[in-house]
Amino acid sequence: MRLPAAAATIGLLLVAAIAVPVLNLAVPASSAVHVPTWAVSLVGKYLCYAMLALSIDLIWGYCGILSLGHGAFFALGGYAMGMHLMRQIGSRGVYGHPDLPDFMVFLNWKELPWYWHGFDNFAFALAMVAFVPGLLAFVFGWFAFRSRVTGVYLSIISQALTFALMLAFFRNDMGFGGNNGLTDFKDILGYGLQDDVTRAALFALTALTLAAVYGVCRWIVGSRLGQVLVAIRDAESRVRFLGYRVEFFKLFVFVVSAVIAGIAGALYVPQVGIINPSEFAPAASIEAVIWVAVGGRGTLHGAILGAILVNYAKTFLTGSLPEIWLFALGALFVAVTLFMPRGIVGSLSGRADRRPSPAVTAEAPEAAARAPAARPDPAAP
Amino acid sequence: MTHALHARPDKRDTLLYLDGVTVSFDGFKALNNLSLYVAAGSLRAIIGPNGAGKTTMMDVVTGKARPQAGTVVFNGGIDLTRLDEAQIANLGIGRKFQKPTIFEQHTVAANLELALAGHRGVWNALVFRPNGEQRARIDETLATISLQAHRDRLAGSLAHGQKQWLEIGMLLMQDPQLLLIDEPAAGMTDAETAATAELIRRINRTHTVVVVEHDMTFIQALDCHVTVLHEGSVLAEGSLPTVQANPQVIEVYLGR
Repeated sequence: MRLPAAAATIGLLLVAAIAVPVLNLAVPASSAVHVPTWAVSLVGKYLCYAMLALSIDLIWGYCGILSLGHGAFFALGGYAMGMHLMRQIGSRGVYGHPDLPDFMVFLNWKELPWYWHGFDNFAFALAMVAFVPGLLAFVFGWFAFRSRVTGVYLSIISQALTFALMLAFFRNDMGFGGNNGLTDFKDILGYGLQDDVTRAALFALTALTLAAVYGVCRWIVGSRLGQVLVAIRDAESRVRFLGYRVEFFKLFVFVVSAVIAGIAGALYVPQVGIINPSEFAPAASIEAVIWVAVGGRGTLHGAILGAILVNYAKTFLTGSLPEIWLFALGALFVAVTLFMPRGIVGSLSGRADRRPSPAVTAEAPEAAARAPAARPDPAAP
Repeated sequence: MTHALHARPDKRDTLLYLDGVTVSFDGFKALNNLSLYVAAGSLRAIIGPNGAGKTTMMDVVTGKARPQAGTVVFNGGIDLTRLDEAQIANLGIGRKFQKPTIFEQHTVAANLELALAGHRGVWNALVFRPNGEQRARIDETLATISLQAHRDRLAGSLAHGQKQWLEIGMLLMQDPQLLLIDEPAAGMTDAETAATAELIRRINRTHTVVVVEHDMTFIQALDCHVTVLHEGSVLAEGSLPTVQANPQVIEVYLGR
C-alpha cells in the first residue's frame, strides 16, 4: 500500500516539475493547455505549503509532537532567502543607496547590521535557510524534550514561540523591515524574478525539492528510527524502559522537520515576492496543521494533498466569497475531526486495511485459549 | 535461600539490593524504610494489598521515582538512584507494566525487534536492519511466548493475554539480567494464568525475576520465595504457606 503511494507521489511531482514549465513556456498562450505564469507561481506556492505540511506530518503524524508554531521555521527560512534577495537589489532601490536596503535608509541607518553580513553570498544564504530554523528547533527541542514537555503543553509553548517571534519581527529596530517585511526583490542569481523562465524554473525547483524531501521523509519513517518514532507516539514510557533516549529521537526529528519547513519558506519567498511578520502569526501555523489533518496525518502524501486542496479552496473562496473563508476553514476542521479523523488519505486506505481484521479478531480468543497447550519450546533464550 | 526478615546480605552477592528506601509523595510514604534483597538467579514474588508500595518499588528500581532516603544498588555496585530510565534499562533491567504496554500500531515481530538488545542511538536506528542471528532471536522469542502464528499481526489486535505475553517477550529481547514483572496474570483466563506461571518459571532458569501479583493461584504455581509488602515496608517473607500462616499477614489481608 505505502510503496506504490510513495512512487506515485514522487512520480506526479516529477511530471509536474517538467510538464508545468513546458505548458507555460513552450505552448502558445492561445492554446487550451497553456498554463499562465500566474498559475505557475500559484501552484508553486501550494507546493511550498505542501512542504511545510510534510514537515508537520513528520513530527505530528509519526511522533505525536503537535507543533502549533511551525510557521516560525517556515518564516525564518523565508527571511534568510529574503535577506539574500534584498542584498541582490544593490543600488537599484528607491533611494539608490549603494549598500543599504531601502527600509534601512528610511530609518536613517548608517551601516549594515552585523547579522546582515554574508547574505549577499548565495551559498551562505542557503546555509542559513537550513541552519537558523534548525538551530532554533534544536535549542527549543533540547529544553522542551529534556524536560519531558509533551502534548498540549508543547503545543502551547510552540505557539508562544512563533507569537514572540512575530512581535519581535514587527519591530523596526530588529532590522528586518518591520511590518512591511522584505519585498521589492529584483532578481535571483542574476535572473529577473518577474521573467516567465525564472518563475517556471523556480516552480520546477520547488516540485523537485518537494519530491526529494518527501523521499527523505519516507526513508526516515520506513527505517527503524521511524518505528521508534511511532512507538514514542503510542507508548512513550515503554520506549524509555526499553532503553531508548526518547528525547534524542524527538530532537532529531524535530530539527529535521524545522529544516524542511525552512527550505519551504526559502522557496516560497522568491515566488510570492514578499516575506513579512504575518508568516509568524499563530493562525498561519494552525492553518498548516489543518492541512495535515484534512489530508490525513501519518501518511506524508496526505499532508501534501491536504495542503494543496485546502489552499486551492482558499484561493477560490477568498476570490469569490472572501467573507466566507474563515468560517469555511473552521467548519472544515470541525467536520474532519468529527467525521474523518484520519483525513482523506487515512480514510481511503483505512478501508483497504480494515478488510481482513474481522476474521483476525474472531480467531483471537480461541487462539489465546489454545496457546498454552501449543507451546513447543521448552527452553527460554 | 530463605533468610530472616531483616538479615542484611552483602551487597556484592545480591543482584538487586534495596536498603532503607523511603519515597514520599506530599507527605504520604509510599515506601517506608523498605529493605529488599534479591539474589542473582532467584525468582521472587511480591504481594501486598493495594497501596502497599509494590509499583512504587518498581518505579524506584527503574528510575521513574527517586527515593528521598535509602540505597538502591544493582549488580553489586551500581547506584540506580543516579541513573535515568534508559540507562537502567540498558544495564539489564527490564520492566513489564501493570497494564500491557506494547506498540499497538506495529506488528508483533516489529515490537520484538524494537526491544532487541543492541544499539539505541538515533543514527544507528536510521540504518538498522536485523541480521540473521537477530531474526533467529525474534523467532525464538515468538516461540517462547506462543505467538509464532501472529508474527505479522498488528499488536493492537492481539487478545489481552497475548499482549501480556508480547510485553514479556519484549523484555526477553532486551536480554536483561533482572526482569520486573508487574501483574502479568491480570485479566487472564485460568488457562492463560497457568501458562504464564509456566512461562515465568522457564524464564527464571536463565534470568532473575521479580513478580508482583495479586492472584494467589498464580503465586502458588510460581512456587517461590514470597515477600509481603504493607504500607511501604516488608511485613513478612518466606514461602507462600509460611506467609499465609503469618497472623500479621492474615490481619492485613482480612482484618479490615
